Amino acid sequence: MAYFLQQLINGVTLGSIYGLIAIGYTMVYGIIGMINFAHGDVFMVGAFIALIAFLALTTIGITAVPLALLLVLIIAMVLTAVWGWTVERVAYRPLRESFRLAPLITAIGMSIVLQNFIQIAQGARVKPLQPIVTGGYELFHQGSFSVIVSNIQILIVATTVLVMGAFWLLINRTELGRAQRACEQDRLMAALSGVDVDRTISLTFVLGAGLAAVAGLLYLLYYGVIDFFIGFVVGIKAFTAAVFGGIGSIPGAMLGGLIIGLIETFWSAYFTIEYKDVAAFSMLAIVLIFFPTGLLGRPEVEKV
Amino acid sequence: MTAPLLALDGVTVGYGLLPVLHDVSLQIRSGEIVCLIGANGAGKTTTMMTICGRPRVSHGQVVFDGTDISQHPTHEIARLGICQSPEGRRIFARMTVMENLQMGAIVANTPDGFESDLARVFALFPRLADRSNQRGGTLSGGEQQMLAIARALMGRPKLLLLDEPSLGLAPLVVKQIFEAIKELNAQGLTVFLVEQNAFYALKLANRGYVMVNGRITMTGTGDELLASEHVREAYLDGATGPEEEVSIS
Repeated sequence: MAYFLQQLINGVTLGSIYGLIAIGYTMVYGIIGMINFAHGDVFMVGAFIALIAFLALTTIGITAVPLALLLVLIIAMVLTAVWGWTVERVAYRPLRESFRLAPLITAIGMSIVLQNFIQIAQGARVKPLQPIVTGGYELFHQGSFSVIVSNIQILIVATTVLVMGAFWLLINRTELGRAQRACEQDRLMAALSGVDVDRTISLTFVLGAGLAAVAGLLYLLYYGVIDFFIGFVVGIKAFTAAVFGGIGSIPGAMLGGLIIGLIETFWSAYFTIEYKDVAAFSMLAIVLIFFPTGLLGRPEVEKV
Repeated sequence: MTAPLLALDGVTVGYGLLPVLHDVSLQIRSGEIVCLIGANGAGKTTTMMTICGRPRVSHGQVVFDGTDISQHPTHEIARLGICQSPEGRRIFARMTVMENLQMGAIVANTPDGFESDLARVFALFPRLADRSNQRGGTLSGGEQQMLAIARALMGRPKLLLLDEPSLGLAPLVVKQIFEAIKELNAQGLTVFLVEQNAFYALKLANRGYVMVNGRITMTGTGDELLASEHVREAYLDGATGPEEEVSIS
């Protein structure tokens, strides 16, 4: 029981990070119907920006942890958003009216470009960050096993809930969010209603990259090491999460992230850690057999 | 005579290499209802969409309020006050009726005027008020058509474009919608109407144009066209779709 609870806490933490990245995949798919394969690498860039920001802040003497975290969060979100915007502007927009596979291919190209750029600019070795958020609470213990929820886990889950809540309001309660959803449903009609569709698509990339930056920062804090290749594995997982929840559905991405995080954690805890990825992807295959559109996805057919 | 609100001047349009509109010229003056009639595939909807910049003209000009808008992006054309209720209604199916109307209000860009505009369209289509929290996709065809028109009206249009407002609707609903158009026009709204339901459209309109294979072949006042032998033969008698029975009722 204690062991189960501990794994649940670990799984929710990991799932939060996946969920934040999955939203970026699902939103881009929703609005332009393409899988942005470079999104995982945007997350990786976000993690690097966060790391550099931490080091820069330490150099200029800002070491108070809450202040540093907040500043790093803002810096990482803003700069990563600029990266997300640039990727769309450079690699996807010129191909908007092209055949369907073209942006997919440039997305893979962009992914390789970002990975190699960071590899060259930052080096291929793993980059460590000394633990910034330490400590935790022992919930209870059973025999020699104690269930611990660490401060960093609390920080990750709380930040994720806050960011997702704010994001939910933005999409569902503001004119900006309404325009975003309109473009998702019918781009031509959105334009006829006076919505600048290109601007809205850019905004989608900016928002997705911002959320990925939050995930990058949390990943950095949680694991303490990053390298130029993390975007690939974590990105594929988050993409799986988005498909799992129903690609195009934002609540689906959040839910899918959580489930993939839990599957992975529980499989590692009770079976073999080597097969955790196999477990996650197998579950995806099984779910897609019974729910072809994912858990919360909607069928393509709509009443006209 | 004053300059027209909207003028198409020698407009030629093609999808790819295939030309669809040939040298189309027409004028719509402030306060008028102008209708464009023609058979299926004649290019009526393309004419309507060309005004909004989709597709773009390959030759000729679209002049609105004295400016050539033929190279403007679609959303900027909308923001000039050209609001369209397009072919197929294009309701945002996963948004509520209210959100659809809020989308329409973007063009008006007057947050303060929203409530009064809303009251106005609800007075025109009371059914929409009952359905305001329902998703657009769950409405009946007639209700969706009302919503499409209401959404366009929320933009406080200078020019309202209506593409086949009667398509697929019950006779009673068609009558209701045409009465609504008439009422709006009486309040000063300029309307450009595309219809297959020629009888109703010509009775309603001040002037009409007839389109055949992407060319304007005839123009005149509504009554003139109604009286014309050619129009009667081609669009009012015999060769009719189910909508034509509507006009008899």
